Amino acid sequence: MFKRHLLAAALACALPTSALAVTDADLAALRAEFDRKLKDIQAAYEDRLKEMETRLVKQSGESPETAQAVPRPGNTGAAVASANPELSLILQGVYAQRKAGERRPTGFLQDAGIGAPARGFSLGDSELILAASIDPSFRGQATVVLADDAVVVEEAWFQTSSLDHGLTLKGGRFISGIGYQNEQHPHAWDFTDNNLMYQTLFGEHLVQDGLQLKWLAPTDTFVELGVEIGRGGAFPGASADKNGAGSWAAFGHVGGDVGESNAWRAGLSYLGARPRDRESPLIDISGIDTNNLFSGKAKIWIADLVWKWAPEGNPRARNFKFQAEYFQRDEDGDLACDDADPLVPSLCTGGSTDAYRGKQSGWYAQGIYQFMPHWRVGLRYDRLNNDSLDYGVNNANLARTGYHPNKWSLMADYSPSEYSRFRLQLARDHAMQGNPDDSQIGLQYIYSLGAHGAHKF
Amino acid sequence: MLKRIIVIASFALLSHGAQAGLNILACEPEWASLTQELAGDLVRVTSATTARQDPHHIEARPSLIARARNADLLVCTGADLEIGWLPLLQRESGNARIQPGRAGFFEAAAFVRLLEQSGRADRAQGDVHAGGNPHLQADPRNLLKVGGALAQRLAQLDPANAAVYAARNQDFQKRMSAAIARWEKEAAGLRGVPVVVHHKSWSYLADWLGLKVVADLEPKVGIEPSVSSLSALLERLKTQPARMILRTAYQSPKPSEWLAERAGIAALELPYSVGGSPAAKDLFGVFDETVAKLKGGLK
Repeated sequence: MFKRHLLAAALACALPTSALAVTDADLAALRAEFDRKLKDIQAAYEDRLKEMETRLVKQSGESPETAQAVPRPGNTGAAVASANPELSLILQGVYAQRKAGERRPTGFLQDAGIGAPARGFSLGDSELILAASIDPSFRGQATVVLADDAVVVEEAWFQTSSLDHGLTLKGGRFISGIGYQNEQHPHAWDFTDNNLMYQTLFGEHLVQDGLQLKWLAPTDTFVELGVEIGRGGAFPGASADKNGAGSWAAFGHVGGDVGESNAWRAGLSYLGARPRDRESPLIDISGIDTNNLFSGKAKIWIADLVWKWAPEGNPRARNFKFQAEYFQRDEDGDLACDDADPLVPSLCTGGSTDAYRGKQSGWYAQGIYQFMPHWRVGLRYDRLNNDSLDYGVNNANLARTGYHPNKWSLMADYSPSEYSRFRLQLARDHAMQGNPDDSQIGLQYIYSLGAHGAHKF
Repeated sequence: MLKRIIVIASFALLSHGAQAGLNILACEPEWASLTQELAGDLVRVTSATTARQDPHHIEARPSLIARARNADLLVCTGADLEIGWLPLLQRESGNARIQPGRAGFFEAAAFVRLLEQSGRADRAQGDVHAGGNPHLQADPRNLLKVGGALAQRLAQLDPANAAVYAARNQDFQKRMSAAIARWEKEAAGLRGVPVVVHHKSWSYLADWLGLKVVADLEPKVGIEPSVSSLSALLERLKTQPARMILRTAYQSPKPSEWLAERAGIAALELPYSVGGSPAAKDLFGVFDETVAKLKGGLK
């Protein structure tokens, strides 16, 4: 503001001298007028400065402890301005005690990116989350995961807030709305690790690069329908170098309350993908690692249920949460089997490609009980079923057992506040055949800094 | 299948549109009650929470999202009280009318002077609301201000009934002002009485009646008291005695009963909001009982 006045003043000075037909009298009159205006402006500024100073003195004289009523600046409607954008950082770390080696569920094609889980001390994902309303019509969020050798853009999306009629459109990279646990970030998990079902189906969870349209029905019962189309580049999709969509998803959720103390949500979801050369490790009949490229169709159905209890709807002191999900996966296409390591030849040496058809299912169920403020205990059971597996000619090479991977996990956690949590977990991991009675111990901390992260139901 | 969904959807949309009057979702029961005072049967109003639920710690349950979807107006406290769940309701609702900045989102905190504005939000101090204490309904004088603003908002959203809202507001202001004068007279003896509070839920009540808050059961804002913090408080009360301990209907009675027994003072559960006790059937009932209980605590 003041700068603008200076500029105007400079122009006012410059113009008359450059104009030829200006008399000295005109010039003097202009100067006088300009001087007068400048003085007015200065006086006005000094008044305002004085006013602000006195206000400051008044405010600093009132310490917050005296609980004096201070008029709100701008009582015109907007709420207390939360930081914009809302910024939060999640810090996580784990100490794990377990036997060395892989923990791949036997017989299940899963993302080759999932390595052997870390042992000893390790830093979990540090998540940096930035979110804000972009304008009255859109909201945006980015979640960046900071790891040792990489910065991964886990989410970067926009979402409409003014479509109305119960419609919401989301676009960019977002966590898919299928299932229940899928939309939960690892820091909101109730156990130190993922359940076998989500690990097998998606690695961590299904992230879409694409579009999501959701519609909420105008009914008293919660009824939400959604469809997604995406690139399909991540497991169970792969290498989507093509036009059009590589994956499609549809989901429906219903929910409501039962009395004052109970709330529930149930859902059914479908995901279809067309991966090309999707990489997964499997072991051959003699137990040697092979690398497998799958091209074809993958179809996944998920049914989910979550039930929460809190006495009188007040979860602060005590609450209970039951959650269970069931899936069926049907994959149909070609599988190209080859050595995982040329130095360790497998039965697939030289490459062996044939039709593959896998029908698999599985489920998990878990219960978490907060029995007093700050303290919770939880139990989880994971199970996967190899319903029917046909590798074609590779039946002679790849292990095709009736083994049902399963796992028991028991946890207890303590949360001194909403923003910190410490967890102990004991697990019996029978995911991989030949690793029976593999007992695991995990210790974990989770801290969240910054904005209140409102968690979904 | 899809056809059927569309048919059901359009039927539902039509039936919703045909409903007379505004559909209002209040975040807390006091605002549902205030809306009822101002609008009577002209609107359909429900509360997202009850007086036995801690408004800081509510889950964004599917049922609440469904109710937000159909609301023409949200009447909430604001000042970050509902920050753990309300933003989710707004975002998930697909309802443009109730988004921040729209006329369908009313925040009471914007129309009163908030106490305890620190401007600092260091969590080492606990779960503080930097913008000020949001428990503003505990001072009935604030209800007059919020009532006036809410009547205007109702008129803005439903101009056809503007005169009714104005008239009902005038009537409410008259009755509430008279009641405030009566309560202040009854509570004159409470001025300067030292009290212990459970959370900063009572700052506005103390400010109104002149109660002197000497201690808070919570060692830090929003952090539940522990045995060690209560023991320390018990020691402090020996040198700086208090007459009573105040808690809301949604807080656990254990800490205040523990301390009351050992310090030999009264622990009072005040209704805090409409429905917080059988007698607190409306806003007037809340303060009738609050003042009566406080006076009883002096004996």
